[in-house]
Amino acid sequence: MDALIHNTYPVTARDYTSAGHASADIKRRLKQLGVGGDVLRRVAVASYEVELNLVIHSDGGELELQVFPDHVQLVSKDIGPGIPDLSLAMREGWSTANDEARSLGFGAGMGLPNMKRNADDFAIESEVGKGTAISMGFKLG
Amino acid sequence: MTIGDMVSILKARVLLGEDKLDTPVYTACCSDLMSDVLAFVDEKTVLITGLTNPHVIRTSEMLDLKCLVFVRGKVPNEEILEAADEQGLVVITTKATAFSACGMLYAEGLRGVPVPLEWNTEDK
Repeated sequence: MDALIHNTYPVTARDYTSAGHASADIKRRLKQLGVGGDVLRRVAVASYEVELNLVIHSDGGELELQVFPDHVQLVSKDIGPGIPDLSLAMREGWSTANDEARSLGFGAGMGLPNMKRNADDFAIESEVGKGTAISMGFKLG
Repeated sequence: MTIGDMVSILKARVLLGEDKLDTPVYTACCSDLMSDVLAFVDEKTVLITGLTNPHVIRTSEMLDLKCLVFVRGKVPNEEILEAADEQGLVVITTKATAFSACGMLYAEGLRGVPVPLEWNTEDK
């Protein structure tokens, strides 16, 4: 099945100023395709969370958007540092965000659980020293 | 109530969206933690905050919020206001503190966004 939209957004580590640009573009593109309401909001929130995570925690990575007729697929991949304890990272309230991220209003430890809650399918794989990959699927219609 | 009613109740200044003051509002949320706003807010509502960085606007954009209320007389910079304007957000600022602003609006009938939370029984 060919994707209606296939776009990759590079995300720079610690670039707090640009954080959110990819998600804003993703939301705009989906809206142009006629995606709206609850699904649009869930994709927007999850993509913003995952983009912020790349900025706050990773050494850099990318966000890939694919839109198919029946679903939206968002994949985030980074080049490290990886998450040592995934079950701890998935816990609400657990955060390793630095002061700069916290001063911007983030680092409450809601990111990963919130992505999982908003996506219809959620998968995360991480290896310390290698990186983290998060895949989220959202059903359309 | 309408956003215009909120402006009167809070003796607020309208920074953006003078033409949308008749928009009805039923609920609001108050937080400086955008992580929590993103996690708990599920509807097109009003955000009351003391945080004036660009992520307040981005968070509002992702959630399709209607109106931003900055407390303690805070006014975000031009760049941030321009981003808010592009989204058609109504932005107002009040001299009231967050606590007082919430109290005044609650007393007039505005309610918090419903947040279904349960105690985690594992955390005693």
